[in-house]
Parts: sequence; C-alpha cells; structure tokens
Amino acid sequence: MKLRRDVFHAIADPTRRSIIALVALQAMTPGAIAENFDSSRQTVSKHIQILTECEILVQEQKGREMYYQLNPMGMKEIADWIEPFRQLWDDRFNKLEAIMKKYQSKQ
Amino acid sequence: MEQKTKVNAEEGKQNIVVTREFDLPLELLFKAYVEAEIIEQWMATKVLRLESKKHGSYQFETTDPQGNKHGFNGVFHEFKLNREIIRTFEMEHTTFPVQLEFLEFEAFTDHTSKLNMLIVYKSVLDRDNMMKLPFAHGLNMAHNRLQEFAAKLK
Repeated sequence: MKLRRDVFHAIADPTRRSIIALVALQAMTPGAIAENFDSSRQTVSKHIQILTECEILVQEQKGREMYYQLNPMGMKEIADWIEPFRQLWDDRFNKLEAIMKKYQSKQ
Repeated sequence: MEQKTKVNAEEGKQNIVVTREFDLPLELLFKAYVEAEIIEQWMATKVLRLESKKHGSYQFETTDPQGNKHGFNGVFHEFKLNREIIRTFEMEHTTFPVQLEFLEFEAFTDHTSKLNMLIVYKSVLDRDNMMKLPFAHGLNMAHNRLQEFAAKLK
C-alpha cells in the first residue's frame, strides 16, 4: 500500500502529471522537460526528484546527458492501472445516478 | 458501496470499453448527457459550450485547486435521443491525440438502464499511455476527489 500512496502523491500535482505525460512519450533531459513549464528550472527539478523517488521516473545516462523515462517496473508494481481509471468513472457515474434520482423525485 | 462500473482494456488493442448499469430510467440517464447544468454537476466541470446535436460541438473548462484552467473539447458525430452519442474528446494543450467515443444507451427495465462506452485511441501506445495516466482522461476534473482518495490511503 505504501507504493500506491506514493504514486498517488506523485500524481496529485498538476505539474508532475504533465511531466509524466511528457516523459510517457519519450525519454527527456531535465532541461527539455523544464522548457515545457513556466516555473523555474529548480521547481521542475524538484518535481522530477519526487517522481524519481516515487519510482515513476528512472534516470538513464546517454553519453553526457542524463535522460528521464517512465519506469516500467514501477508501473507494473501498481496492482492495476485500469483500476484508478475505473474508479474515476465509477465515481462520476455514481454522482450522475444520485443527481438524476434527486431530479426524478422533484418531477 | 458496490462498484457497478466495468472497464475492459484488452492487451494490444487501441480501445477501452466502459460499461455501467444505472438505477435510472433510460430517459433520465440520457438527460444527464444533454443538459449542461447536469453535466457540470456530475463531471465537476464548467460547460462553456454544448450543442447537443449531430455536428454540434462542446467545450468544457475545469479549474483545479491550484487555480489552473484545463480545457477539453470535442464534436458530436451522432446524437440520437435516448440511444446513441458518437463524439470526439480532446484534452487541450497536452500531447495526447484526440480520441473517438461511442456511447450506447439502452433500457434494461422500466427503471434501469445501461451505458456502453467504447473509446478508441489513435494507437495502442496512446491507449497504454492513457492507462499509465489513469486520471488523464478526467485528470483535473477528478483532482479534488483524487486528493480525498489519496488522503484516505494515508
């Protein structure tokens, strides 16, 4: 459960979610990641550090450059990636049902 | 609470199927997709534009707790009352390509109904990236709830 909580912590921040989205498509250097944000490079660097600590990102040295990419093992350790997606829709649909029941009783 | 929503994502395919049975008559279920004020409530978003008709378009805007605004938009390719909605869905300012959604509504009994939602992504990789980002689809819309959930896990 610890890892899962860490992952939730990691993705609770919009900047970190954006970083995951960027790196999901290709391995990137910290500089290239930072270019996508208005925040300071230091701030972005802090977010990258948290994602690395949560084992969502892994570092890889390529020549002189350090690249960050998604850690497939870290991903696999999370029981089921579909579950949070399912949970999201389940929550929405439960809400929809509750709202429409109230709506129905008003008719 | 019983979880009534099912998600099926087969390996190597570029689609996801979401199914759900509702304790609501078909007409009321469909209405929740037509009326902007109702969508705003259950999707937890602001509806900037909603033309609930064939070739109509929609635009949502969600503000996260940090005050960042996130835009979503799409076009309706089909809008058949109480039956079917075919629409595109795009997250603005992200690297995720637009996706195509087929929503089928059907009556189960007089008081219950069923929704079948097929989401088609541009590629298997795009779908899998989306799965790696389980909240990406409604990421920011669900942000508050996500935080509550995360808080409960602590």
